[in-house]
Amino acid sequence: MTADHPHAEWSGVMFDLFREAGVKLFTHVPDAGNDQLIQLAEAHNETRTVLLTTEEEGVAICAGADLVGERAVLCMQSSGLGNCPNYLSLAKGARFPLLMMISMRGDYGEENPWQYPMGDAVEALLETMNVKMFKVEHRDDMEKAIRAALGATGNGAQAAAIVLSQKFLGAKGF
Amino acid sequence: MAKAPNAKIDRRELLPQLFPTPDEWLFVSGLAGASRDAAALTKDGGNLYTMAGAMGAAVPMGLGVALSAPDRKVAVINGDGEMLMGIGSLVTVASAAPANLTIVCEDNAMHGETGRQTGHTASMANLEMIAKGSGIASTLTISEPGEIAQAAAFIAEAPGPRFLVVRVLPTDPAAYRRNMDMAECRVRFRNAFMAGG
Repeated sequence: MTADHPHAEWSGVMFDLFREAGVKLFTHVPDAGNDQLIQLAEAHNETRTVLLTTEEEGVAICAGADLVGERAVLCMQSSGLGNCPNYLSLAKGARFPLLMMISMRGDYGEENPWQYPMGDAVEALLETMNVKMFKVEHRDDMEKAIRAALGATGNGAQAAAIVLSQKFLGAKGF
Repeated sequence: MAKAPNAKIDRRELLPQLFPTPDEWLFVSGLAGASRDAAALTKDGGNLYTMAGAMGAAVPMGLGVALSAPDRKVAVINGDGEMLMGIGSLVTVASAAPANLTIVCEDNAMHGETGRQTGHTASMANLEMIAKGSGIASTLTISEPGEIAQAAAFIAEAPGPRFLVVRVLPTDPAAYRRNMDMAECRVRFRNAFMAGG
């Protein structure tokens, strides 16, 4: 965690909101968009991180945490959502209230053509697997989106994803 | 028909010997025969979450339970096909290193649910070596009924996480009809856990 990192301010706010809501397990496939958040979760003594080999593992780990009444989050890049649909049966069929934090690739300002196919599919994929989407385009949207996702996955008993667009993250530096 | 090399263990007699006090455990089981065997063990109890889809998810789900309930003993029961579909999760388990997690893989070297097609472990893949290479220090493979007591001691005493491969005969799993309502079973597990079960 570096104070002058462009994601430091909002990552700190996001981490505090997650932690206050009782999120203890931060599962992740490393990405520039979740790097600062994961560093905060590693440093804090009430939270722990789990490095995944592939994103769908995080879906199952979060479901396992829910079985014993704990909260967890899956942090990943949008391309990784493409690895998840079969495991999202746990959201759609079993109604596990999965919480995801997705940093977008393949949208605003993307220069890597490999990122567009999955980036373009994120919205439809989440919808088809019954995961509510709360998108963050601007810094002012963020707290509301996070609170909405925490509410949905809390008392709402509904899977939800906070989707951070590249307009918000900045396409540069990836 | 495929047959696991040297396998002499009847899967229906395995789990009660490995887990003589199943009420002390939290179980997650993967499709398909593994979940029937686990349901027979617990009488489809509230301390078991069985799956019949999301193939490969049993180990990471068990990992999520183990990390979130560190004071409880957690076991994943799965088969070789399910294990291989989520094989990377062994790497994740090794890195996360939950001392309270045991994985039991009933390896019949075939895809029993879909027509008994030959699986990778029939002649080539070695699950214990994969687990060891992933970084799981406590591993064991058994194939004889006389080794089951040793495997039970391994589960009770070896430092976790533990990975046990049991080479089983190509016999049918337990004929136990479990609750297949995946949402209802989630609530059942949570309620049993909150009640201290």
